[in-house]
Amino acid sequence: MLENTLILLSANADAGFLAKLNDPDGLNLGSIITTVFFFTVLMLLLKRFAWGPLMGIMDQRAQLIANEIEAAEQSRLDSHKLLEEQRALLKEARENAQSIVDNARKQGETQREELITAARNEVNRMKESATLEIATEKEKAVAAVREEFVSLSILAASKVLGKEISEEDNRALIEETIVKAGESR
Amino acid sequence: MDHKNPNFEIFGIVFNASNILMLFITCLIVFLIAVISTRNLKVKPTGMQNFMEWIMDFVKGIIKNNMDWKTGGRFHVLGITLIMFVFVANMLGLPFNIIYNDYLWWKSPTADPVVTMTLAATVVILTHFYGVKLLGAKGYFKTYLQPMPFLAPLKIIEEFANTLTLGLRLYGNIFAGEILIGLLATLGASSAFGLAGALIPALAWQGFSIFIGAIQAFIFVMLTMVYMAHKVDTDH
Repeated sequence: MLENTLILLSANADAGFLAKLNDPDGLNLGSIITTVFFFTVLMLLLKRFAWGPLMGIMDQRAQLIANEIEAAEQSRLDSHKLLEEQRALLKEARENAQSIVDNARKQGETQREELITAARNEVNRMKESATLEIATEKEKAVAAVREEFVSLSILAASKVLGKEISEEDNRALIEETIVKAGESR
Repeated sequence: MDHKNPNFEIFGIVFNASNILMLFITCLIVFLIAVISTRNLKVKPTGMQNFMEWIMDFVKGIIKNNMDWKTGGRFHVLGITLIMFVFVANMLGLPFNIIYNDYLWWKSPTADPVVTMTLAATVVILTHFYGVKLLGAKGYFKTYLQPMPFLAPLKIIEEFANTLTLGLRLYGNIFAGEILIGLLATLGASSAFGLAGALIPALAWQGFSIFIGAIQAFIFVMLTMVYMAHKVDTDH
């Protein structure tokens, strides 16, 4: 096609002008071959040694950036999820703490009630036993006084009567009197 | 500007030694820049790697403007190599031209129409190749009947016109730049007076030529992708 073009050109244009521009021998096939050869070789060499690796590294970068964006998105989602999780955990922990405190308070109250009841019972029991003891002691004291009184009465009576009476009979007599006197009182 | 080319002949084919030399130097520089800047690749880019990645993204943007990346991705390597190659080739002739024994040795390889036309033809042939490959022979020929069947002759002419304009635009820009630099250099070398007069314009023109070289490299790749899109994209 180029030959056609150039022949067309040389037919139409001034031949002397073209001869000056071109090689005097007309179509310079050598230059055409040289140009095509050099350009093709240059392109193949550059593709092998320069453009290929450069395109590779640019693709690699694009890939890397895409990956990074994806990873960032992923980690954003992850952190969001973790945050939600943490929030839920915190809420749960707070509820737990609240319930523990409530339980403790309730337990303390119960315990207090129990202690108070126990103390009250103890006091009552002690009071009762003290009352009982006092009554017993009183009985004892009354019996002792009574005995003493009997003895004194016998002594006094024997002195007054001056008569020897058997102590056994007297005693029975006096005790009877005292019991009567006690009952009448 | 009438300098001879250092030609030699092998098997009846004439080779231009200057073209071979300059194309080799261009390839060498492009290769060294590319390999040095991608020698120590890191996922987190530094220094020259940033620059290369910028070029890659730039070409990717050009391709994405014309077709979707699924079909356009395969032309990425072609686009980067082309833009680097054309840019470096444009720059080579800027600082100086070397003429030895009336033979022009050092120049921009893109200041030779055969070189630029070869690049353009390669690109256009590639568009046809990928058109057939991606759409099938039927789909490929169908593109000539769209949008209207009677426009088919125009479509066929367009293919040749595309090739011509693509190659000659690049050649014209760079060749004209070199001619003007050559003229200014001749003026500067003629006398002290001439030097004083030529210094500022030469500086300005060289700066402008750098700009033109970059723009032409960009346009070349841009049009490559436009033509490619015409052939491989059904919904264009």
